[in-house]
Amino acid sequence: MTQQEAFIFSGFGGQGVMFVGQLLAYTAMDCGLNVTWIPSYGPEMRGGTANCTVVISEKPIGSPIVRFPSVAVVFNLPSFDKYEPVIASGGLLVSNSSLVDQTSERDDITLLQIPGTDSADDLGNVRVTNLIMLGAALTARPVLTVDDVRASLADHIPAHRRNLLDLNYAALDRGVELASDLLVTA
Amino acid sequence: MSKELLKGNVAIAEAALRAGLQAYFGYPITPQTELLEHLSKRMIELDRVFLQAESEVAAINMVYGAACTGVRVMSSSSSPGVSLMQEGLSYIAGSELPCVIVDIMRGGPGLGNILPSQGDYFQVTRSAGHGDYRPIVLAPASVQEAIDFTVLAFDLADKYRHLVLVVADGLIGLMMEPCELPPFQPVRTTRPDWALTGADERERNVITSIYLKGEEMEGYNIKTQERLATIRATEQRWVEHLTDDCDLLIVGYGTAGRIAYTAIDEARSKGLRVGLLRPQTLYPFPEQRVAELAEQVERLLVVEMNAGQMLEDVKLAVAGRAPVDFFGRMGGMVPMPDEIVSAIDESFAKMAQPA
Repeated sequence: MTQQEAFIFSGFGGQGVMFVGQLLAYTAMDCGLNVTWIPSYGPEMRGGTANCTVVISEKPIGSPIVRFPSVAVVFNLPSFDKYEPVIASGGLLVSNSSLVDQTSERDDITLLQIPGTDSADDLGNVRVTNLIMLGAALTARPVLTVDDVRASLADHIPAHRRNLLDLNYAALDRGVELASDLLVTA
Repeated sequence: MSKELLKGNVAIAEAALRAGLQAYFGYPITPQTELLEHLSKRMIELDRVFLQAESEVAAINMVYGAACTGVRVMSSSSSPGVSLMQEGLSYIAGSELPCVIVDIMRGGPGLGNILPSQGDYFQVTRSAGHGDYRPIVLAPASVQEAIDFTVLAFDLADKYRHLVLVVADGLIGLMMEPCELPPFQPVRTTRPDWALTGADERERNVITSIYLKGEEMEGYNIKTQERLATIRATEQRWVEHLTDDCDLLIVGYGTAGRIAYTAIDEARSKGLRVGLLRPQTLYPFPEQRVAELAEQVERLLVVEMNAGQMLEDVKLAVAGRAPVDFFGRMGGMVPMPDEIVSAIDESFAKMAQPA
């Protein structure tokens, strides 16, 4: 990985954006990297969107908040509108195309349009949209491997959710497939 | 011990109970509520005292009472709640009681908002209540420091029989970082000899903050000032980053200090020699080291999330040896690294101008 990567996950409350950010943070920690996870908790989250920022670095992390993230994973249209313009040049935008019909005019970022919600529905549980989106993001930006995520998920998932482990693995794999197809075509 | 990923608020709570916290009294307020929430579960599991009071005023007076019995006791709140506690804090100080208070500061004045702020630097470092005293004030900049300083706070409180405040903001309170928790200390089974424990077998102890005669009150005041002189001489804590060769020294604490760390790396990559001194104790302020560095650097830049409060302590320490610039955001707005880089550029531009 480059020295530092900053991910923003943003969507409606209930789409699992906080959890998927925490999962990425656990994975970074388990891989021996420095990491910070910080949620939005101010007036902005009263508007129905929730977001979190995850900074991963080989060096100690100064600022846990960033103006120009290297990766934005957006689950809905307000999140697309907010973060598409501020992604750092050379960065990655993963957009949940099931709910976002916008496309980016920017030619200095990679855009992955992943039908996250629809694909999660196909898998039988719309609540794993977040794992599909994470699998896709890490395929295009292999800061950490999907296998690392799988291991951390198994280690940190609460006992009463262990029955969902296989579904979550399947969602990660689905995200990898969708992103791989798009990246080959591009 | 293996690393855990914890929120600052939860980490402080868990560190406190591992430091032997015996009683907690508090009232919920964002952005510190997870601290109280964690203790509400854990203190009961460990068969210790957790009590959600009817207000901050009640909570701090319960803390006062428990502190009189010589047990490890704490409360936590955020800016408006800490304002409500001021009278109790002063009584605790006047009674020379060890006690730990956590203040996860938010935007103000007034009800303000729940965003990260350092607007209460004056309130916490000057006296935290009426009367002629200063509490010890610790300012963590990471979840690990929040843990370490919580344990340290109890040790310093006991060592000096003094009020210790741990101050941070919502960014540190809500952020998750890898950290290591300290081992469990056993809850103390003995009580200090000054404590109120029931005087069946000994002379009675009196704990009070009322001294009606001027001479007696002044006697207390002199004793307190002597203690504070010792604290100033021995407890100044800070960390430095790239100060060996810097032309510009940034002074910033807590969240502002850690964001400055990122800005300094960016400025260094442009060839600007910038360093950082991050106070870990706000009182006692690391005045000796700031004074030494003021001899070495051309200029200083204070960065805070307020209108310039620690700025006054920096200027007192610098005592005219070098010019001191200031950059701050207020109202819960957190300075971004690039904004601090711009402030650094401005300071270097001033250095380049003929005096």
